[in-house]
Amino acid sequence: MTSVWASLEPHLASVQKPARYIGGELGALTPHPKPGDVGWLLVYPDTYEVGLPNQGLQILYEIVNERDDAWAERSYCPWTDLEAVMRREKIPMFGVDTHAPASEFDVIGFNLAAELVYTNVLNTIDLAGVPVRSADRRPEDPLIAAGGHCTYNPEPLADHLDFVVLGDGEEAIGEITEILAAWKRSGRTEGSRTHVLRDLARLEGVYVPSLYDATYGADGRLIATTPNDPAAPEVVGKRTIADLGDWPYPKNQLVPLTEVVHDRLNVEVFRGCTRGCRFCQAGMITRPVRERPAEQVRHMISEGLRRTGYDEVALTSLSTADYSGIEQVVEATVDDSSPGCWDTSVSLPSLRVDAFTVGIAAQIQKARRTGLTFAPEAGTWRMRQVINKLIREEDLYGAVDSAFSQGWKRVKLYFLTGLPTETDEDTLGIAELARKCVEVGKVHNRNASVTASVGGFVPKPFTPFQWFGQNTVPELRRKMHLLRDDLRRSRGVQFKWHDPKATQIEGLLSRGDRRLGPVIEQVWREGGVFQEWSEHFDLELWEGAMAAHGLSLDDYVHRHRTEDEVLPWDHISAGLHKDFLWQDWRDALDEVGLEDCRWTPCYDCGACTGYSIEHVVASATPPAGGSQGTGQDLGSGGGVPVELGRRPAGVTS
Amino acid sequence: MIVRIRFTKHGKVRFTSHRDVARIFERAVRRARLPISYTEGFSPRPKMSFGLALSTGHESEAEYLDMHLHDDTLVRADDLPPLLEPVLPIGITPVAAIEIERPYTSLQEAVNSCTWLIEAVGLEPHALRAALDRAMASHELPITRTRKGKEETDDVRPAMLAAEFVGPTERGAQVIAELATHPRACRPAEFLRALDPSLTEGHVVRTNQWIHDGDVRREPIELAPSPSGHATERVS
Repeated sequence: MTSVWASLEPHLASVQKPARYIGGELGALTPHPKPGDVGWLLVYPDTYEVGLPNQGLQILYEIVNERDDAWAERSYCPWTDLEAVMRREKIPMFGVDTHAPASEFDVIGFNLAAELVYTNVLNTIDLAGVPVRSADRRPEDPLIAAGGHCTYNPEPLADHLDFVVLGDGEEAIGEITEILAAWKRSGRTEGSRTHVLRDLARLEGVYVPSLYDATYGADGRLIATTPNDPAAPEVVGKRTIADLGDWPYPKNQLVPLTEVVHDRLNVEVFRGCTRGCRFCQAGMITRPVRERPAEQVRHMISEGLRRTGYDEVALTSLSTADYSGIEQVVEATVDDSSPGCWDTSVSLPSLRVDAFTVGIAAQIQKARRTGLTFAPEAGTWRMRQVINKLIREEDLYGAVDSAFSQGWKRVKLYFLTGLPTETDEDTLGIAELARKCVEVGKVHNRNASVTASVGGFVPKPFTPFQWFGQNTVPELRRKMHLLRDDLRRSRGVQFKWHDPKATQIEGLLSRGDRRLGPVIEQVWREGGVFQEWSEHFDLELWEGAMAAHGLSLDDYVHRHRTEDEVLPWDHISAGLHKDFLWQDWRDALDEVGLEDCRWTPCYDCGACTGYSIEHVVASATPPAGGSQGTGQDLGSGGGVPVELGRRPAGVTS
Repeated sequence: MIVRIRFTKHGKVRFTSHRDVARIFERAVRRARLPISYTEGFSPRPKMSFGLALSTGHESEAEYLDMHLHDDTLVRADDLPPLLEPVLPIGITPVAAIEIERPYTSLQEAVNSCTWLIEAVGLEPHALRAALDRAMASHELPITRTRKGKEETDDVRPAMLAAEFVGPTERGAQVIAELATHPRACRPAEFLRALDPSLTEGHVVRTNQWIHDGDVRREPIELAPSPSGHATERVS
């Protein structure tokens, strides 16, 4: 084992925040690999502050290091100042645990949580001393792998990734390790890379892009992505662990030495969500719902707090208030006065919009009632039916009233604009809702403040909106300005919006195909890294690269897809039937809502039946006050008249 | 009860900032389950105060912090280093603790000077030696530095209480210097700049902090003299 520490150390005093590169966190491991052990370099392709808290990476880091035939280190992107030093001094990419250079590892695995990090992935591969294209790699190069939500459309990085793992990684990483161990024993001879990739392609949930060919028609449309090797299945399905209770990870959550985002204990209480919000990729691809047993949750909280010294624990999942027995878990944590657990605050990063949820929030945030965040997502009931986020206005006002009456001073509301069928009336509904929330708040607090934070909608693969043509940058900007102007004189409402230019490129990469590989490469070669950081994002680089390769941003991003169009991810499966998604898309256009299938009959989306697994839910009854349709009268939706919006082009009724 | 703790900062962890170290101690106190007092008010914090900030990247033999424990605690000052050591990261080591009487002067105010082992890079050892002799023989050494966003020219000679050449290192040479913190502080990098503008800082260790009382100086916590003299060995 070698280490780059000696060459790195003299430069650390001259870079920003050097503590990002030293490792040594509480919970960090010091691997001592034996010859033949499979080495995993697990990379979060963003800065340390953003990447360190990532739970997926920490889970795999522990699982690999518990094995006696493998070892893993963590790595994060160096900031531009250190990157310049590394290139000048020829210091390769390294793991932060023992500072082993990337070349000591057999696999470099990336967590792809956001599309705009793709150029960072190429930069990291290059800093590792590995050719950025799979086709150029030699037997001695590490394999380049990826997992995470973006891998449900891995095609834009098909030229660069050797293999991709779809879905939950807990079980798959062990099976992959065993295949790689055999590859190492065989001596990684010339030509053996193809063999090992073939072996990997036979594993459930593993996709090897080089074993597939994409063909395009004369009109430029994708005809099919088909296997070119018998080892590669026609369709690669995702991995799903049936019982979260079998995987109580991370057992030793990392506690950083320096400041990071989400710096608190995180306990995942369930995976999957069946609320069925049509814009939400996470909810669609992580089905079915699998709750962690309450007893295990309590144990992970008390053990975690005692071990880490954190005074805050976040219960993580999608729509956390849906966890069966959430009240009891929260109560037990807040009331726990055993040593090491006093003065603990609990946070629910994903709040449902109703008064019940605020009641829980009140229970857990006894001090520091500053701000509370809700995501109604759309401004009118009609729009919320289209996106199937069935929050009635009275639910929202109930939640806001409850929040201000219990001492919160600010409420933040998240919205999307550029949704399918959205009219200006829907857009302006955002302003109207925000103003009414201020009115509701003023009953309790003269200075009640509401922040409306608006982002441009990006259609994602494996959602009913995957066929929808994203709004253009000028159209999104027009809607943002409409809101800004409308809210100009609204006291108490703060308006925040996201840059539609970055939204456009997120959309490009989200539904792009293999032809984007050279585009991503060109943007990276021209210095376009850290594109998710507004100070680094550069639309002109992307426009230039698209034009240089004869591709149209408009065609990729803004065009509505038709039912018969072949999608770049059609050879990938998240378990969802394509006809279910199409039907749900049609229901969206007809403004028909769909209840949560956890507590109502199955719609046969495919996620459970295809894998012979079921929802793991401790309680068969929906939670109290549950909005989103279940057990509620949705006839009126809060008195907002229902009007039909324009149908998107390319979709006939 | 107010307890003053002396600790060292060595190795990789020297790249953490002063704020990082404060956060690390807050968590260590919770992990060790020490009966710490909290501040009153909207967002209560553990009552701890740190002495002079140590620049990110510098090592130290002599860092200090004061913490307030419940008055009725059975924990004694001597218990703290062994209780804290296992819950602190490698490289941050508590070495001694004493109870201090109220009223007391804060570390920031009480400490008048620090002794530093400074590696100077950029001059041959003999040239550094000459620059050092010249500087110590001069009566005035103005340097320009940025304070609160404004450029100011200050004389740093009064803050250079003592300085001595130690010997060559791989990259340059080592100097030991006692630099004042009151009324105007002089940092190791500024000290080097005053010696010669071409000098930059290599490896830097704070070896002592001093409280001057007339002609006598003492450390906030005195350690039993170590047989090996200066602990200059690098951990990393």
